[in-house]
Amino acid sequence: MDQLLQHLLNGLLLGATYSLLGIGLTLVFGLMNVVNFAHGEFYTLGAYAAFAALTLSSVNFFLAIPVAIVVGALAGAICERCLLRPMRGQSIDTVMLVMIAVWIAMQNAELLGWGGVAKSVPTPFSTQPLVLGAVSVAPLRVFVFVISGLLILGAHLLLARTKLGRAMRATFQDHETAALMGVSIERIHTITFAFGAGLAAAAGALLGPVFLLYPSMGDLASLKAFSVVILGGLGNFAGAALGGLVLGVAEELGAGYVSSGYRDAVGFLMIVAVLLLRPSGLFARAERVG
Amino acid sequence: MKRAIRALSLALASALAMWTPSAHAQDAVKIGVIEPLSGPVAASGNYVRMGAEIARDWINAKGGVLGRKIDLLIEDNKSDPKEAATAAEKLIVRDKVPVIMGAWGSSMTLAAMPKLEEYGVPMVVETSSAATITKRGNPWIFRISPPSEMEALGLEKYLKDFGIKQADFLAVNTDWGRGSVGAFGDLLKRSGASVGAVEYMDQAATDMNAQITKVKAGSADTLFLTTSVEQITLVLKQAQEQRLTRKVITTGGSSSPSQLIKQAGAAAEGSYHILFFLPWFPEAMPDGKLAKAFVDEWAKRGHPFEGLTEGFRGHDGVLTAVEGIRIAGKAEPKAVQAALWNVNVMGLNGPIKFEKDGPAGKESGQSKPSIFIVQVKDGKIALPAFAAKK
Repeated sequence: MDQLLQHLLNGLLLGATYSLLGIGLTLVFGLMNVVNFAHGEFYTLGAYAAFAALTLSSVNFFLAIPVAIVVGALAGAICERCLLRPMRGQSIDTVMLVMIAVWIAMQNAELLGWGGVAKSVPTPFSTQPLVLGAVSVAPLRVFVFVISGLLILGAHLLLARTKLGRAMRATFQDHETAALMGVSIERIHTITFAFGAGLAAAAGALLGPVFLLYPSMGDLASLKAFSVVILGGLGNFAGAALGGLVLGVAEELGAGYVSSGYRDAVGFLMIVAVLLLRPSGLFARAERVG
Repeated sequence: MKRAIRALSLALASALAMWTPSAHAQDAVKIGVIEPLSGPVAASGNYVRMGAEIARDWINAKGGVLGRKIDLLIEDNKSDPKEAATAAEKLIVRDKVPVIMGAWGSSMTLAAMPKLEEYGVPMVVETSSAATITKRGNPWIFRISPPSEMEALGLEKYLKDFGIKQADFLAVNTDWGRGSVGAFGDLLKRSGASVGAVEYMDQAATDMNAQITKVKAGSADTLFLTTSVEQITLVLKQAQEQRLTRKVITTGGSSSPSQLIKQAGAAAEGSYHILFFLPWFPEAMPDGKLAKAFVDEWAKRGHPFEGLTEGFRGHDGVLTAVEGIRIAGKAEPKAVQAALWNVNVMGLNGPIKFEKDGPAGKESGQSKPSIFIVQVKDGKIALPAFAAKK
């Protein structure tokens, strides 16, 4: 029983990180119809930005996270302005190829800039675990869990409740009508992509200290983010958040009770099942057709 | 304007033609190097590269080999077996190297091996531990690192001191990790101890909490940990978070304990590490003077101290390859392969000399490296009391 509780706790903590990775991707994917293969690279960029802020200019740890978000969002805005804007109206495949190029270029730039050796991010949190009965958890992971939840909630509220969010949704539903209503289409495109990149960077800044920093760390992050988006349904915020938790818990229980050698297989089997049975995602609501 | 552009491009083309490194490369003896310079195990690969470069510069300072300088052609296998095979083919076909050193991970080495056989080029294996590498009947393989079985034998004399009754295993899910679990598991069973949980993790995995929870549920007293320094760091930190109290022994010699102390902090306290080079105690190495010189040179170049336990492999590998070329008297793969059997040099780890291993008629070369154990004690590296005595 103690073991099961610890597994569930591990799974939830891991799942929250997956959710955080998934929301930025599902936003760009669902709204802009851009398959952002560079999502993991914005994650890596965020992690290194926080690291640089912490070690090079000795910024406070809690300040390093917003710094990373700003850096990530700026990089996203530049990427959208210079690469995606000229591609507007092109097929999704062409845009996908451009994003693959961004992925490769960014990863190699990180390798060139930081070297291949892993870096560890110092945090003000104690390494001694918090003990709750039979289970234990690191204070840092609790912090990451809480901030992830707040970021997901904040992103959701921004999209659902604000004027900017309404303009974003309107633009991608019918950009001509939105333009007629006075929405600046070009600006919304840039903001949306920057928003997604900023969320990825936030994930990097939060998870970098939990794990280690190295230039190819974004590959695994991308893989998990795509899994979460597929589980949750494209563009579905709540779906991505829940999808992340489901994936985390499933992997954890699979590794704990089936075989740790096939840990990732458990997650992917679930995705295959979802694609077969509920292709629009686990948490898709009924959509109006036509 | 057009004429100007034409003139400019002509000038550029001729400049490029002059720049091609043919003049230099033709007199230098080329040695191929395949290491993971990026990807999940990049730290180790880069350290091996740094060690190889020191060996190159030392050898060149003494006049090189066959009266020519040596030149390292370094390829990145990206911690990926597929890339290792591609890198081997590129070095052999395009660069026509007479000998290769590589490819760090066992899975990477195993993937490159068929290319060696196909084209007939020898490879000095500097790190890989999987037994299968020298058992497959590939006569182009010359390994200077110990296979896991040899490592286990090296640990055997200390088993009583460790007092292991039951041990769990946590290993990277590659040929190296799986081979190591087999070798150390056999050793434990032979000596009357039992094997508890056997868990694996993907090479790129960062969250090992599930495995740790599972290990914690058992009643073993020791945990054998086989993976790269990056994952060892994460496992030790996550084990601390879950209050796992086990004697930890890392195998494979790639744990860079100094890096663990830096990155895992208190979580590394008390852990034991099987290593093949001890930069903290160079004078205790088989050739103390050589070891001291290497440690000093490493520091002079500004390389991180924690890389030394891995970097020495690059030095010994290049030294072995060059000695093979020297004995062969020519930089040709077939001649170097034959000559490697007669190599007898003193490396940083100790004497390097190959014995036959694998199926008769197609044996690979396997040297018998020295094996050491250290412990992290009070945030420093120490020889365990029992090892210091022996």
